[in-house]
Amino acid sequence: MLSENAKKEISKEISKFPEKKAALLPALHIAQKEQGWISKETMEEIASIIEIKPIEVMEVVSFYTMFNMNPVGRYHLQVCTNLSCSLLNSRHMLNHLQDKLGIKTGETTKDNKFTLSTVECLGSCGTAPMMQVNDEFHENLTKQKIDTILESLK
Amino acid sequence: MELYLTKNFKTRGSKTLKVYLKNGGYKASKKALKKMKPEEVTEEIKKSGLRGRGGAGFPTGLKWTFMPKGNEKPKYIGCNCDESEPGTFKDRQIIENEPHQLIEGLIIGSYAMGIKACYIYIRGEYTMQAEILQKAVDEAYKENYLGKNIFDSGFNCDIYVHRGAGAYICGEETGLMESVEGKKGQPRKKPPFPAGYGLWGNPTTINNVETFCHVPHIINNGADWFKKIGTEKSAGNTIFGISGHIKKPGTYELPMGYNLKDLIFKIAGGIRNDNKLKAVIPGGSSTKVLPAGMVDVKMDHDSLMQAGSSLGTGAVIVMDNTSCMVRVGIVLSHFYRHESCGQCTNCREGTSWIHQILLGIENGRGKKEDIDLLLDVAGNMEANTICALSDAAAWPIQGLIKHFRGEFEDHIKSGKCTCPESFEI
Repeated sequence: MLSENAKKEISKEISKFPEKKAALLPALHIAQKEQGWISKETMEEIASIIEIKPIEVMEVVSFYTMFNMNPVGRYHLQVCTNLSCSLLNSRHMLNHLQDKLGIKTGETTKDNKFTLSTVECLGSCGTAPMMQVNDEFHENLTKQKIDTILESLK
Repeated sequence: MELYLTKNFKTRGSKTLKVYLKNGGYKASKKALKKMKPEEVTEEIKKSGLRGRGGAGFPTGLKWTFMPKGNEKPKYIGCNCDESEPGTFKDRQIIENEPHQLIEGLIIGSYAMGIKACYIYIRGEYTMQAEILQKAVDEAYKENYLGKNIFDSGFNCDIYVHRGAGAYICGEETGLMESVEGKKGQPRKKPPFPAGYGLWGNPTTINNVETFCHVPHIINNGADWFKKIGTEKSAGNTIFGISGHIKKPGTYELPMGYNLKDLIFKIAGGIRNDNKLKAVIPGGSSTKVLPAGMVDVKMDHDSLMQAGSSLGTGAVIVMDNTSCMVRVGIVLSHFYRHESCGQCTNCREGTSWIHQILLGIENGRGKKEDIDLLLDVAGNMEANTICALSDAAAWPIQGLIKHFRGEFEDHIKSGKCTCPESFEI
């Protein structure tokens, strides 16, 4: 269930548009921030708040890569593998993370602390290679820098 | 070279309203709203020769004239801050450093077209940037630079910051509108064009962030001032981004038509490790690659088109002589395969085929006929779909094969990568 606060935030979003459905993406962001992912129950709850069909919510959740349809670890590490990052060896950064965490790309550590993914260009090409940890960008990555970041995520 | 877009980026507090005002901010919007008629504003933008900075380079003033006059239906602006063309990171610099410049451009654009509300569609991953932007919008409302009766002119203007959620296709203007409406970002068929049938079926104009940021400067200094910068058909400065194997990657504000070779070697310090240059993608991942011998070219719409590529978003990706061009193709085709919205067959299937064929070449399963097959698939993806994503996926592959066919052939013949020091994928 979404918190009262989340519901309040969603109504605020609804007021910005001439049609309620436009608040769907904002509502999903609010829900995911609170719950870490979008469950089937959450989709139904949002559908009833926005007064659309649950399938319309499902369509949108599955279309946009930022919405997690399954639970992810406390820290979601997403390494950019698009061209500017690849040219500066983002593959080595990804391999280093796989070794350090003992998981492959797409997996979550057993303690549910880390999920490792690749991601398409995030607009950090001038500061490549980069990864995103939850909402935060970490740029100009090196293996040492990754070690420091992982240590800070206790 | 005169800087105007990024001039104040290094000033302390440049993102605040206070510093923006100190640097002459909101003078242009005041001038437009109090001293000019809406059609005079549009005329000035038209006269300036400003072309959209989102990639297509459509004349901005002309686009504004497509909006119907009168107030029978509410009219909207969709400001495109989706910035997801790989290699591009310029709009982000504007938001992070001087968001009020964008807000002011939106106020002037809204006045010119009689807009009811602006939705700034910012890519979902730009969380910090969306917060900065929202803060700037809140500041502007507080001082009545936004809201009702701005500058006592009787004009009202509302701006909403709207976050996307990770989909390249939402940078396409009709995909963007679908997304704002709370749907999958699948582009609409055109016509009808947004100026006739846009957000919720109402007249809508979509412009890129940087495009709006030129507007206050044109109003302050006049169309003639703007026209003198850049080239005859590509006026003004722009913010070029440069990344990849380059010593000083980053964004640089330069006049349109600036020489690409000078940008690489004079402005951005040359190739990393003093390696040799192999190839450059001049305007974001969708633009065709140029081999090292072709980089002595002006960075404007016409010159790059003549060179067989395009200006796109002015996002330069530099590759040194270690880079494997088959791998470049794999990385790019993976992207388009991932981002195809799936509604047109040629795009959905074509992006996937290209990626698979290239993977086959990379992994030693390539056949001699694969290169022509790639060109055949790419040819069938051009001008056959609802939007230009399919074309954008075909062009880089055509460019790579045109200029580096020998490398593809060697790769197939030897069954492995022929660039031993290449970046890995």
